[in-house]
Amino acid sequence: MIDTLVFVIGGMLAAATSILFASLGETVSERAGVLNLSVEGMMATGAAAAFGIATLSGSHALGFIGGGLAAGLLSMVFAALVLVFYANQVAAGLAVGILGLGISAFIGKPFEGNTIEKIPKLDIPGLSDVVLVGPILFHHDVMVYLACAMIFIVAYVLKRTQLGRMIRAVGENPQAAASNGIPVRLVRCGAIGFGGFMAGIGGAYLSTAYTALWAEGLISGRGWIAVALVVFGSWLPFRVALGAYLFGGISLLELSLQSHGVKLPSQLLSASPYLVTILLLAFISRDQYRLRLSRPMALGQTYRNES
Amino acid sequence: MLDLALVPRTERSRSAPIVVPLIAVVLTLICGTLLLSLIGKSPAAVVHSFFIQPLSSLNGIGEIILKAGPLILIAQGLAIGYRANVWNIGAEGQLIVGAIAGATLAIIFETSNSVFLLPAMMLAGAAAGAAWAGIAAFLRVRFSASEILTSFMLSSVALQLLYYLVTGPLRDPMGMNFPQSIVFGSAALFDVLIPGTRSNMSIFVGLAATVLAWFFMSRTIHGFRLVVGGMAPDAARYAGYSSARAIWLSLLIGGACAGLAGVGEVAGPLGMLQRNLSPGYGYAAIIVAFLGGLNPIGIVFAALLMALLYVGGDFAVVSAGVPNASATILQGMLLVFYLAASLLFTHRIVRKSVKVAA
Amino acid sequence: MTVPLQHPKHAALQNDGLLVLDGITKAYPSVVANDGVSVAFRKGHIHAILGENGAGKSTLMKIIFGVTQPDSGTMLWKGEAVAPRGPAHARALGIGMVFQHFSLFETMTVAENISFALPLPLKELSAKIRDLGERLDLVVDPGQPVHDLSVGERQRVEIIRCLLQDPELIIMDEPTAVLPPSGIPKLFQTLRKLADDGRAIVFISHKLQEIRELCHTATIMRAGRVVATVDPTVTPESELARLMVGSAIPAPKRDSHGFGTSPALKIESLDLPAPDPFAVALRDVSLEVFPGEIVGIAGVSGNGQSELVKVISGETRLGASGAGAVRLGGEAIGSLRAGGRRARGMAFVPEDRLGRGAVPSLSLADNALLTAPARSFAPKGLVSFSKVKDLASAIIAAYDVRCGGPDALARSLSGGNLQKFIVGRETALDPKLLIVAQPTWGVDVGATAAIRQKLIDLAKKGAAVLVVSDDLDELLEITDRIHVMFRGRLSDGHRAPFDRNAIGLAMTGFIAGEERATAHA
Repeated sequence: MIDTLVFVIGGMLAAATSILFASLGETVSERAGVLNLSVEGMMATGAAAAFGIATLSGSHALGFIGGGLAAGLLSMVFAALVLVFYANQVAAGLAVGILGLGISAFIGKPFEGNTIEKIPKLDIPGLSDVVLVGPILFHHDVMVYLACAMIFIVAYVLKRTQLGRMIRAVGENPQAAASNGIPVRLVRCGAIGFGGFMAGIGGAYLSTAYTALWAEGLISGRGWIAVALVVFGSWLPFRVALGAYLFGGISLLELSLQSHGVKLPSQLLSASPYLVTILLLAFISRDQYRLRLSRPMALGQTYRNES
Repeated sequence: MLDLALVPRTERSRSAPIVVPLIAVVLTLICGTLLLSLIGKSPAAVVHSFFIQPLSSLNGIGEIILKAGPLILIAQGLAIGYRANVWNIGAEGQLIVGAIAGATLAIIFETSNSVFLLPAMMLAGAAAGAAWAGIAAFLRVRFSASEILTSFMLSSVALQLLYYLVTGPLRDPMGMNFPQSIVFGSAALFDVLIPGTRSNMSIFVGLAATVLAWFFMSRTIHGFRLVVGGMAPDAARYAGYSSARAIWLSLLIGGACAGLAGVGEVAGPLGMLQRNLSPGYGYAAIIVAFLGGLNPIGIVFAALLMALLYVGGDFAVVSAGVPNASATILQGMLLVFYLAASLLFTHRIVRKSVKVAA
Repeated sequence: MTVPLQHPKHAALQNDGLLVLDGITKAYPSVVANDGVSVAFRKGHIHAILGENGAGKSTLMKIIFGVTQPDSGTMLWKGEAVAPRGPAHARALGIGMVFQHFSLFETMTVAENISFALPLPLKELSAKIRDLGERLDLVVDPGQPVHDLSVGERQRVEIIRCLLQDPELIIMDEPTAVLPPSGIPKLFQTLRKLADDGRAIVFISHKLQEIRELCHTATIMRAGRVVATVDPTVTPESELARLMVGSAIPAPKRDSHGFGTSPALKIESLDLPAPDPFAVALRDVSLEVFPGEIVGIAGVSGNGQSELVKVISGETRLGASGAGAVRLGGEAIGSLRAGGRRARGMAFVPEDRLGRGAVPSLSLADNALLTAPARSFAPKGLVSFSKVKDLASAIIAAYDVRCGGPDALARSLSGGNLQKFIVGRETALDPKLLIVAQPTWGVDVGATAAIRQKLIDLAKKGAAVLVVSDDLDELLEITDRIHVMFRGRLSDGHRAPFDRNAIGLAMTGFIAGEERATAHA
């Protein structure tokens, strides 16, 4: 029983990490008023690029940086579409998402089916040995801790800093932001780029640390779940993170149910993350009054600066 | 100082609907060729296998027709929703569920020779696709849940449902455990269109959908109301048009079309229910809908182009050794360039001399 | 009689102004907004820019503040040529602006809002805000979120934000338009104090009395050009009006007629919770409008007027149990959609023309179809395009809509012409009840007069007309009875002859005979 608990809760943190990076990035992008639906494609590109770089260079660190940059670069295509060409954000997100999936398959082709060494677990002296708490909380790789730290960093920047206020201003009312002298496009472009970089890191974590293998279709909908979690978390970093960890828990629970021989069709288990997401979305969206308090008011609207 | 400037249009452009997709295609060609020559493929060989080979054999043309059929059908349905600002991106799942429903009938009436079997399968497929999309409509209308996310998630669920059925209840008992159903009887199949090819009569379903979509959107008050809701939701509310109705209508139409396309696959080239039902038609149709300018006629041309890309991609993989993923990248590029060029719908480029104040 | 103060060209040459504009020209695709505008602003002066809607005042201010760039012309700031590249640049030069449509962020606090103009730690900034507020008697709480503030308080925030940057020139864009009458003297007091400090103030307005009371100089613009620069304290109001319009403003013709005896619209004790966090809840609202009567709803904007209008128009629907709270000709319509209400004789001209009253990217013909009864214009669901086009052409002819015909896109029309089209479309429905929100917002003088006359004519024919307007003078001119909205409540009716002061007080929440004077705005 205790083993299961350690497996589920400890595993939950690791299972959530990839999605957590991506949804924190998307949170920032959406707080700036930009709905970027290409997360799936950006994660895939990041995952493939990171896997390739880590395999060739032997360095996981280079892999992560490369994965983040590759997805960040891809997000600039999206940024150009919505900020320069005034494209509809939904359509642009779909376009770049498809492009990203293609690119990931393209660059991942030589590595299809390969595996890679996982990044080492960092034990924190003193804490890792504590009964129960140690193995659950303090026996993870560095990225799990980093993802955790990112929650606090993103929340702090959005709430407390001038940069965060600029991001929120641009997401609430870009016209007013412009007349306040805030460079709307630059801020939005930065937010999109951050979202892309984080999605890339999330993808990189999946391919080079969590599963430690590359196969086309590795992301399998995690990018979309990351987008859904931003709504679930009503654009607040801590709630988004809560959603991501909850999600990690559910996917772990499936594995442990299966390993305990619970008789359910494997397909039902595979479909369960999506079913859960749909239910959560319906549950959280039904209270529009409350959501409207936190939803960036200009989310999804094209910003044109031509008066 | 001579300068090019973008100026918002004050009236609709007549040439943009032609020029914009053309720019997208040309840019995609250039970038695609560049990309493939980067990995050492000869541009000439790539262009040959993508665009010449498919068109130079009867078989190639048959394949193009075969693939254009579902793309036209799905894209017509999606475009109606997109014009109403309802973003159904789960056509792939609606196609799968439609195929399952049609196949179930074909399996139950395995030995039937009735001429009504195929029409019944089509009806069942359309209804199932519509019902699957209807879940997203219900969640949006009742709970305000984003149909973008739910329709996508439902696709993933549909795929698992298919896997479950072909490995369980609908598996061919004599099929040596292969994850596929029995082979359908001929009454459950579309007739071949061009002998010697795989193309079949289902293309006419797509063409009929084109005519219906055109009529619905440009002649009826219901189409008009959808367009108003998409362009200006406040104006639709002001006029008293029901947004719930627009959401239901958009998703049901899109789902029915995709479901019908699913029947076209199992009752066409596949002849059975199996794991791989569609090479991503449900997603490619999104691109087709946009590339066609959400216009019923434009969609037909866009679908033919996309089908060419599919077939050419297959040839290119075999004869030019191009990676599988190339077709996906080209699809993505096509949509990216199309959206960028779409600026010309609302703006025109003028050359103007500007005297800038000191 | 015009009293020429200085010829504009001459002023430009004099170079003694703080800011001197010379030959500023700015053209948009459909209109030349500024055509060779020259004007000089001086320290310690309150300088009015006077002109009707569309005269080019706003464009000129945007150019000064760097929001847009002129096609040609020069700007001299303290004698040196400048070309503000953006608001930040203009601010750095010492130019500040208080916008008409506030550029504040609802979800942020006062201090957070001001931090964009003055990037200081919030604590330090809050102290400065309090300090300045006390000095100039502009009190706001720096920690309060903006969506909790009244319109007057928001304007204070805008002014404080502007002043904290210590500008030498302050542009005030129609600052009185959003204030209740009782808030105006205080604003003027503040502006005079600022001018006495040696700042130049540019006061944009089309209200002649205010300009005569406050300003030292007035530059009058018409159709993008400067027509005169005068001393408003000695120039008679009629002369200012003539300069502004180019001809005398026609007053609407009215004659008395009786009203119907049973109300066309009856709202009874309507309570409606706010539909979203930034809206106003309606509380115990009762209202009757009789056939032949024009009833006005006055109030500072944001006190529940738009929520009330939506309940009447059907854009907000009540549940079946509450349907009886809104009655049209005696029938409960509260739960019907707008279409059902139209079929029963309602018509509605909303305040947002583009995107609500009309679809910008559709033709006028299509926009005529928007509210046309489907039974006759789309029998069996099939649109009769020829009939729709005829309808649009008829509206265009009857209401003198200047446009390229029924195929012209709605967004290609000027504000005044589009409003004439929408008013024409709605009156063509031959309504029993016409609701009009802000009938003349952003509409030029000629169209304003035409629209007001149409409303009066419609009432004379026996329709009930409900007019919601921020412009009290408009309501005083055309209505028979005025109710005032304040924080979601509707006052009792004031009847003609109107007591302007009493209505003005009611706009700030003061109701005669009650000890509830919460002058807040």
